[in-house]
Amino acid sequence: MKKRNKCLAGMAAVALGMLSASSVVLAAGDTIKVGTFLSVTGPASFLGDPELKTLQMYIEDINAKGGIDGKQVELVHYDTGGNAKKAVNFAKRLIKRDKVDVIVGGSTSGSTLASMPEIEKSGVPFISLAGSVKIVDPVSPWTFKTPHTDRMAASKVYLDMQARGITKVALISGDGGFGKSGRAQSLALAPDFGITIVADESYGRKDTDMTAQVTNIRSSDAQAILNFGFGSGPAIVTKNIRQLGIELPLYQSHGVASKKFIDLAGDAAEGVRLPAAALLVADKLDDSDQQKAVLVAYKNAYEAKYGPVSTFGGHAYDGLYIALEAIDRANSTDKTAVRDQIEATKGFVGTSGIFTMSKDDHLGLGLDAFRMLEIRNGDWALVE
Amino acid sequence: MNRLKGFYVYAAVVALLPILFPDNYFVTVVGATILLNVILAVGLNLFIGYAGQISLGHAAFFGIGAYSSAVLTTRFELNAWLAMLVGLGLVYVIANLVARPILKLKGHYLAMATLGFGIIVNIILVQESSWSGGPDGLGDIPTLSLFGFDIDTDLRWYGMIAFFSLAAILVSLNIIDSRAGRELRAVHGSEFAAQMMGVDTVRTRTNVFVLSAMFASLAGSLFAHQQAFVSPESFGFGFSIEIVTMVVLGGMASTYGAVFGAIVLTLLPETLVVFEDYEMLIFGGILMGGMIFMPQGLFVFLTQKIRTVLNHRSGPSPKPQDAQKTLECDS
Repeated sequence: MKKRNKCLAGMAAVALGMLSASSVVLAAGDTIKVGTFLSVTGPASFLGDPELKTLQMYIEDINAKGGIDGKQVELVHYDTGGNAKKAVNFAKRLIKRDKVDVIVGGSTSGSTLASMPEIEKSGVPFISLAGSVKIVDPVSPWTFKTPHTDRMAASKVYLDMQARGITKVALISGDGGFGKSGRAQSLALAPDFGITIVADESYGRKDTDMTAQVTNIRSSDAQAILNFGFGSGPAIVTKNIRQLGIELPLYQSHGVASKKFIDLAGDAAEGVRLPAAALLVADKLDDSDQQKAVLVAYKNAYEAKYGPVSTFGGHAYDGLYIALEAIDRANSTDKTAVRDQIEATKGFVGTSGIFTMSKDDHLGLGLDAFRMLEIRNGDWALVE
Repeated sequence: MNRLKGFYVYAAVVALLPILFPDNYFVTVVGATILLNVILAVGLNLFIGYAGQISLGHAAFFGIGAYSSAVLTTRFELNAWLAMLVGLGLVYVIANLVARPILKLKGHYLAMATLGFGIIVNIILVQESSWSGGPDGLGDIPTLSLFGFDIDTDLRWYGMIAFFSLAAILVSLNIIDSRAGRELRAVHGSEFAAQMMGVDTVRTRTNVFVLSAMFASLAGSLFAHQQAFVSPESFGFGFSIEIVTMVVLGGMASTYGAVFGAIVLTLLPETLVVFEDYEMLIFGGILMGGMIFMPQGLFVFLTQKIRTVLNHRSGPSPKPQDAQKTLECDS
């Protein structure tokens, strides 16, 4: 019985420690507070993890150089684990408890869309790091985003197909948020490019074999295959297609723009084309390319500290600098002024492209922000 | 009147907190989430704690309620209160239909069947994107309004959810002390014996299942309007487990235990975020420690502890008055 009491006392001590620790966080001087909520753990950790590392690395760097307008930048971050409900709670917490000046976060479209009503209501500038076009279309006054949209990816792929004279396309997509949204955009855009979708297949995100769907595609008269999805699905689709001896051109989306895809798909990945940010081919860019200096600097800084770079961390880089430059230009952290300055972002050279935002465009990227890549000899190559 | 003493104390605390700390994040924001979870936990406690059954699919009813409100108010522009009632009606029908085959099962089989039900509902929400919005969810849900007042601030939402959580507790307490409640406990003790005593055990179990599902549906509707956005991931298997954990951790077969479980399980992750990477480790450790050292539940354990301390103070033999108090706490 005595032992149990001790245990209880220990737990009480832990609980008290927690309470006092949480109140310490409140004490902060005159700093610029950047809030973020990311999926650092859970199924979308491949997004949140590089995003958080990027934010931490650059905020440390900025502070070492004297901060913004003489003020230090402070990062307040929470891990949503990819859960939309948690994302809403943390967004509220950032706004009401931590009283942040700007939010740069929301790894997944789900967590961004879920927290938008709360953020819009409170009026805090918010730069999302998620893909869906729904985030900025229609435009909401306080929400911006840095990653390319799925609509842009589909357009870029269709343009490349047009150039190759392809008119009949088989679509295969994952049933997650990314795949579903990509499928909807692909279907909607196809007529604009004179393309007919002759097969429309889907697979579950945990499926380990897509031979059945690919067989259906083989029996259609498609001239090319387009796959929207991320995670292991696209790699399996790629393998299955080559295993069945289908020689049609295969297009993947920007969802597979990481070295992991090439590792997973192996030889089958050869010749696969995809639209992606220039970051993947930073070293191979022409020296006259406007983005090259930024891309190489980011890549080297990240890889020196954490290992292979991904485009997702790049979105966080873009978001952070767009926000901080806006605060710098506004010379204050007044929320409306900062929002207006983010809207006034012009010619900002980021990792995803060159951003020029406006009142009606809260993304500010054109189709040229995407590069068409092809996988050759197990590495990315630019398609000219 | 004495029977409801605990309820009055709880109601007073719930009412006083926002008056004392109107701008405190932990009161108005986390507090509202806690009260919402209280509705869910108290409802599920009727089924798990008192009837001794298990449901691992309760998030599905929470989801059906939320989506009914969301779809009806955004797509059909129905009045929010009416949509809430339609949601309740829908859950009443679905729970009754599901209860027939499912409640013939017992133990592990019942757990598996409810788990399956939860997953099916979640898959439907994800796949039927034409009306559910799919994995991207459904937004622009209007807020509730009462007598011309829009419930649009955290404080108002706190009040609204507090009202329903108090109502849920009151209903639960009254049911437990009614004939239906005694029947439930009889079913829990021994279903066979209960049948011998003339209790229609199938009807009793079905009724409590439906009632507990309707509690969840109500919470779902409130949740949808409060967040103004719903997506399927909020109603997944993980959340079903979370509600069960609230009931078990707080102490089964005790309404206040379920309340206590909801408070602890909502507050703990909020306070643990300061530990960043170690958050889940500490959270898991506390849950494990809780169940190892307090298998009867946090609330029951604490009330017993307090009672022993009081008894030590007032002499070795417990007074009958104290015994009376214990009984109240257990209900």
